[in-house]
Amino acid sequence: MAKTLADARANVRHGGERPVTRKRVPWGAWALRINALLTYIFLYAPIVILVLFSFNAAKFGTRWTGWTSQWYRDLWQSEKLQAAAWTSIKVASISTLIATAIGTLAALALSKTRWRGRRAFDSAMYLPVIIPDIVLAVALLGFFTLSFRGLQSWLGLNLQLGLSTVIIAHVAFNISYVTVVVRASLANFDQRLEEAAADLGAAPWQIFWRIKLPLILPGILGGALLAFTLSLDDFVVTFFARGPGVNTLTTEVYGRIKRYVSPEINAISTVMLVLSMVLVVLSLFMQRRQSSRTV
Amino acid sequence: MNPHGPAANPVWAVELNHVTKTFHGTAAVCDVNLRIADGEFFSLLGPSGCGKTTLLRMIAGFEAPSDGSIIIGGTSVGDMPPHRRDVNTVFQSYALFPHLSVRENVAFGLQMKGVPKAEIATRVQAALELVQLPGFGDRKPRQLSGGQQQRVALARAVINRPKVLLLDEPLAALDLKLRKEMQIELKMLQERLGITFIFVTHDQEEALSLSDRIAVMNHGSVLQVGPPAEIYERPLTQFVADFIGECNFLPGRVTAISDGIAEVETSSALRISGTAPQPVAPGDQVMIAIRPEKVRLIEGERPSISNAFPVQIERVAYIGSDTRIIVRLPDGSSFDVWESNTISTLDPAAYYAAGDKAWLTWTPQNALVLTE
Repeated sequence: MAKTLADARANVRHGGERPVTRKRVPWGAWALRINALLTYIFLYAPIVILVLFSFNAAKFGTRWTGWTSQWYRDLWQSEKLQAAAWTSIKVASISTLIATAIGTLAALALSKTRWRGRRAFDSAMYLPVIIPDIVLAVALLGFFTLSFRGLQSWLGLNLQLGLSTVIIAHVAFNISYVTVVVRASLANFDQRLEEAAADLGAAPWQIFWRIKLPLILPGILGGALLAFTLSLDDFVVTFFARGPGVNTLTTEVYGRIKRYVSPEINAISTVMLVLSMVLVVLSLFMQRRQSSRTV
Repeated sequence: MNPHGPAANPVWAVELNHVTKTFHGTAAVCDVNLRIADGEFFSLLGPSGCGKTTLLRMIAGFEAPSDGSIIIGGTSVGDMPPHRRDVNTVFQSYALFPHLSVRENVAFGLQMKGVPKAEIATRVQAALELVQLPGFGDRKPRQLSGGQQQRVALARAVINRPKVLLLDEPLAALDLKLRKEMQIELKMLQERLGITFIFVTHDQEEALSLSDRIAVMNHGSVLQVGPPAEIYERPLTQFVADFIGECNFLPGRVTAISDGIAEVETSSALRISGTAPQPVAPGDQVMIAIRPEKVRLIEGERPSISNAFPVQIERVAYIGSDTRIIVRLPDGSSFDVWESNTISTLDPAAYYAAGDKAWLTWTPQNALVLTE
C-alpha cells in the first residue's frame, strides 16, 4: 500500500516536471474510452430493450405504443406462472441447503487436512464449474436413467424423473460453486486464531463453533446465495432432469417462447433479472464482509 | 521458590530433556536440555531461525518433539494437545479473535474452562484493569492500536492464571518507545503475578534487561544458559560474545598458562594475556574476545602492564555518552574502542582525533580466551 502510494506520488511528480513542448491529442485514451462504451452497449442494450418492452403496451410486435404495467399484473394473476415460480424457489432452496452443507464440508476437508490425492480432488471440484451445462445435463440424464433401471431390477423400485431429480441435479453443480467460494474464504482465515483458541483451552469442536464458523460464515452465506441464484437461473440442466409436468420459471418461459415472444415473457425475464442481480450483489457483499473482518 | 522447602526432587516449572525437532530431515531444535524454575523470567535469545520459536511451540503443544520429553509442573506432557496444557501463549501477531469484543476475547479462556458467568465478569474486569484498559471491553480488536492489542493479548493469557506464560516476540511489532514502555510493564506484571515467563526474543537488550536467566540459541542448540551478567561478561563461545553486545576478536594460539592467565600469541605475533572461562592447554587454537568498553587508550610513554599495544587512531565518532573510536593495531587490523565521556568539556584536546598515536591496553580479565 505504502509502496503504491509512493509510486503514485513519484508518478505525479514526474508528470509535473516533464516539460510540456506541445499539446498532444490523446488519441489512444479516446479510442479506449470509445471501446469501453461500445462494449457496455453491446452487453447491456439487449437487457435494456427487454426491460423496456416489458412495459410496452403493444401485445404483439416490436412497435412501441405506450407505457403499461399490464404484463406484470397478468404475471401476478397467472396460476401457471405462480406454480412455476414456486417450483423454482422450492428447487433453489432445497438444493442450496444440501449443496451448502456438502460444499462447506468439502471445502473444510480440502483446506485443513493433507491426504493422498487431495490435489486431484481439488482440481476435480472445479470441473462442474468449467464444463458446458449441456454436457452436465446429458451426463445427469444418463446417470438417472441407468440408476433407475438398476434400482428397478434389484429392488423393484419404480422411479421416474420428476422434481426430486431436478433438485439432485442442482445439488450436483451447486456443490462445486459453494466449495469454491468457501475455500476462498478459508484462505483468508488466519490459522493462528485456531492455535490461539486451542491455547486458551478450546477443544477442536469448540474452536470450530466459536471461532472458525463465525469467521467463515459470510463466505458460506455468499456461497449459498450464489448457489440459490444459479439454481433459479438454470435452464439446461433442469430441462433434461425434470419429469413431465415439472416446470420451473426458466422452463416455463421456454415453453411460452415457442409460440411468440410475448410481453409477459419480457416481464418474467425482467423479474428474474432483478432477483438475480439482487442475490449476486448480496453474495458479493457477504464475501466482502469477511475480508473486512480480518484484522 | 518452592513453597515446600527444598525437596528431594525439586519440581521445575518446565523441564526439557533432550528435546529435538526435525522438519523433513533438518533439525530445527537439537538436543535441548533446560530446567526453568517456578516464577522465573526466562528468555530464549537467538537470531531468527535459531529454533527458539519452535521450542516455544513445542512447550505450548503446537508441535510435537521428534525426540526427548517435555515436563510442565512435574507432569510429562508428551503428546497432550494444547488445550489441555496449563500454559498460555502471547503470540507475536497477537491472534486476537476479530469477531469478538475485547471483553469476549479476554473471557474466552475462562468460558472454555466452564467458570461461572459472574466470576468471569469480575475476573475480566480485573484483567483489563491489570493491563490498563478498563474502559475498552466493548471495542473490537481492529479498533485498537498495536500497543492496546498487545495488552489485550496479555490480559487474555494471564486471566487463566497459567503455570507458565509463553511469549513469542510479543513486542517485536511495536515501535521503539512503546516497546520500552511495554518491557517495563511486562516485568512488573511478571513480578506481581509470580507466573513463570518464557520469553522468546532476538533483541539482546530486551533479554538482558528483563530476564532472570537467558538461554542463547543458535542453529537449534542452546549454547549457554545463565543470568544476564554472566552471559555478557563470561560468554563461553565466540557466537555468544558476538551476538550479545559488541566484541573485538583476535585469533591466536595458546603458548603458556600460569595462575589461570593464558598467554596467547596471535597470528600476527602479538602477545596477549587473557582469562579462559573454559580450560585450555598450550598449543590450542583460540579466539580472543575483548569488548570495546573494557579497554583503555593511554597517551605518552608505554605503560608498564602486560597488554599494551601501540596504535594509531583511525576514526572518531562522538555519540554523546560515549566516543566510539576505531584504532589500527601494529599488525594492521582494526579494533573498536568505546570511551565513556565522564567529564563534561568542549576542549578539543580532551578528545582523540584521527591520526593520533596512543597505547591500547586492557587487563587480562577483560580479554577472554575462547575455544570456539
